Amino acid sequence: MTAYETVIGLEVHVELATKSKIFCSCENGSDAEPNTHVCPACCGMPGMLPVANRQVVNLGMTAGMMLNCDINRTTTFDKKSYYYPDLPASYQTTQWFAPVAVNGCVTIDTPNGPKDIRIKQIHMEEDAGKLVHDNLTFTTLVDFNRTSVPLIEIVSQPDLRNADEVEAYLERLRTLLRFAKVSSARMEKGTMRADVNLSVRPAGSDELGVRTEMKNMASIAAIRRAIEYETARHIDAIENGTEELVQETRGWNDDAGQSFSMRTKETAGDYRYFPDPNIMPVVIDDEWYDRIRASLPELPEAKRERYMTEVGLSDYDADMLVQSRAFCDCFEGAVEAGAAPKDAANWIITNCAGVLNKRGMTSDELPVPGNALGQLIALVNDGKLSSANGKRLLETLFDLSETEEGIPDDVAALADAEGLLNSSDTGALEAVVAAVIAADPETAQAYRDGREKALNPLFGACMKELKGKCDTQVLRELLISELMKS
Amino acid sequence: MSENTLFIAENPNGKPADASLVVGLGDLVLTPDMPTSAGSKMLAGFKSLFPARVAERLQAAGHHIAGKVNIGEFGFDFLGETSWFGPVTNGSGSLTTAAAQLLAATSVDAVVGLDVNGTEARAAALAGQVHVKPTYGCVSRFGTVAIACSGETVDITARSAETAQRILDALAGHDDADGTSLPESECARVTSDGFDQAATAGEVFAAPVAHVKVARGLADTADDDTKRLLDAALDALRAEGVAVSDTAPATDELLKVASTAWNILMCAELCNNVNRFEGMKYGYQAEKCQSIDELYTRSRTEAFGALTKTAILYGSEVLAADNYDRCYDKALRIRRLVSDAIANELAGSATSGEAAGQTAIILPACAKRSYSCDDVEANPYLVFDENRFTAPAAISGLPAVVAGGVQVIGAPFSDVALLRLGDVLASAVSAGKEA
Ligand SMILES: [Zn+2]
Repeated sequence: MTAYETVIGLEVHVELATKSKIFCSCENGSDAEPNTHVCPACCGMPGMLPVANRQVVNLGMTAGMMLNCDINRTTTFDKKSYYYPDLPASYQTTQWFAPVAVNGCVTIDTPNGPKDIRIKQIHMEEDAGKLVHDNLTFTTLVDFNRTSVPLIEIVSQPDLRNADEVEAYLERLRTLLRFAKVSSARMEKGTMRADVNLSVRPAGSDELGVRTEMKNMASIAAIRRAIEYETARHIDAIENGTEELVQETRGWNDDAGQSFSMRTKETAGDYRYFPDPNIMPVVIDDEWYDRIRASLPELPEAKRERYMTEVGLSDYDADMLVQSRAFCDCFEGAVEAGAAPKDAANWIITNCAGVLNKRGMTSDELPVPGNALGQLIALVNDGKLSSANGKRLLETLFDLSETEEGIPDDVAALADAEGLLNSSDTGALEAVVAAVIAADPETAQAYRDGREKALNPLFGACMKELKGKCDTQVLRELLISELMKS
Repeated sequence: MSENTLFIAENPNGKPADASLVVGLGDLVLTPDMPTSAGSKMLAGFKSLFPARVAERLQAAGHHIAGKVNIGEFGFDFLGETSWFGPVTNGSGSLTTAAAQLLAATSVDAVVGLDVNGTEARAAALAGQVHVKPTYGCVSRFGTVAIACSGETVDITARSAETAQRILDALAGHDDADGTSLPESECARVTSDGFDQAATAGEVFAAPVAHVKVARGLADTADDDTKRLLDAALDALRAEGVAVSDTAPATDELLKVASTAWNILMCAELCNNVNRFEGMKYGYQAEKCQSIDELYTRSRTEAFGALTKTAILYGSEVLAADNYDRCYDKALRIRRLVSDAIANELAGSATSGEAAGQTAIILPACAKRSYSCDDVEANPYLVFDENRFTAPAAISGLPAVVAGGVQVIGAPFSDVALLRLGDVLASAVSAGKEA
């Protein structure tokens, strides 16, 4: 029996995390109410001219550098013509002749050790709109919020051999792109989508088999199933002649667990690419190139290493932090603001993660700057803020991050204004302690008689009276000394 | 639709008492208060949500927009003959454009449009009017219906060079909404003020035209009347002390193929730009279609005219993957060669000879002195051949001025110098007529 090898190349579309669209000033926010982030330009009305968004080029270059590509110092935009109701101008502006980045490489871990997956190119382009089919009325509506949302397409060489490698590659891309803040790269949100090019050949052969392309795969699980299905279908066709394999584009029906033919090479469109004369070639000079190069983040594995050896975190803490660029930024900011690394890591991994989880947010969405967290930790450690009120303050910071004003620079002042700080008025504290002891002489006597647990209800009564706003250590000491006095 | 439609819509707001000039807008220039049909059934009655930048600038300068001027479908035909609203003829029955006829027969002072393929330059040459196609990038194309973006510019037709200059002064300026718009300091060079300052500073582009070169081979493809007109213009220039010589033969050969290359580029861009008119979102929509493909096909088949369909098919063919290298890419190379050849002809003579000044190339603007409706009916694709006189300026982005029936092409930003030369040409011709 012949052994077969699956040969896979991926085209990964990633939505760029820019404020505005690629050629107009509409907000980049495709989850909004349909057709609210639209203008005459991204609706394909006559008269509008494209003006290229520089931030898109910045992110395209960043992605290229993160994936070890060569950057084309002169990069151009080209027009790709086809008709579809989701494409309002009947052409898509993309990069065909001189993409922003070429000849890159991404290293993945495999059971046989590290493996390099070559990147053919990365090009920038605009997304199309979204068709919404209504099966009750048999109508189709178009949402243009997504038209002209900036994308990059990352095209790999056919270097992947199985679903595990594909998954490792996609996860690596996701980590690198998130760390560089190029994209949220979330398949479940549609900000990362993959086309899978697959062929099968006898193991050891140098020739490629007939290739089929499965478009717009939206989850790693679906990709795994599709790769298994297609591999089996190809082998079956080769071995048993069940069907003739043709080069074609196929769709994947995840519910049915089957791929289906969409269009063959013969019927594939000729896109009539040509350079867009309205967009001047983008020339990347040394200053621009160096600025982007200098802005690249430290890679997660380098951070992990540094957190353990230089900062002294446990490998668990380091692993937890490097899963998210936002965690790392917050951690490093908090330490810079004076927090002990262990404290900062704990607050992020336990408390911040807890709030994120409660609010249905991802770790990349942590909105608290490190400096604010550092101040919060200092307040708690200095006994100015109880641990419980520290958590309340953290929630307040999350709330404020969603407001116009945002999180203030002075967190202590905020805690004070919110009435969360411990009372520093020792006279008031003494009065409360005296009142609590006077109100419950039996329990007080029990403590004096040696029942240590009797302290707890007295302490609790004080805390209730003080509404939690006190340094618990100070309260405990004062309560004991007052009890022993009388 | 009526015979000799000059305005497809007139300004509903009336003319303010203090307006300086009365200006018509070619029908590729978008206006929110009047329809923009682009001369096509496809866009009949279409109203833009926003005005073209040039419309805003005209109004800001105190000029009055009289209405929308009839043009040929998508503005690239010979003399407006393909308009959905019908062709226009002048008093003697010759074919002309609505813009030229408005200037000849009404009190409109100027028409501002989009020069895709030299249509108004030809009409102005036939009617003895002044036409300017400014240096590419000096006037914003924002808000014009894009047809052949790499070469088209906003253009001005007027009865005199002085009026054309006043309009250009109002229109020129940088626009962030047009990615091909030049910086403000460069746009200002084509205005009277910017030009005069540059002249004082001794900048070459602001020197008067002291030398004209005739592309003799290309000029000789015109008829005898046209050649006589050109010779008369040359005599008038010599009398003013302008030196006259011929371009290098190699330049002449390149200028002759400029039209072939421009037809490829123009049709390819037109094909792509009018793809958006597919009957779905706005404009003409075919009725009772059973599928989206039928809707696209029938809407376009029913709404586009024959010349547009020819251009779409031709453009689609030159961009096909199998033809790209030998058609479109070659046309891009010819564009570069033509531009370089013209630049060589125009360079280096600014301070040479007895009369210090800059050089321009002089050419006819069309091959005959008049065209009948029969001429274009007999050969509807006449424009793809007889645009050979306007294609060099379109393909190179250089400024060109028509006056006194002939055309002068100059170096970048020589617009004002060309218009001043045009003044000489125009008065020479009118003096010749009186004599
Ligand atoms: Zn928009």
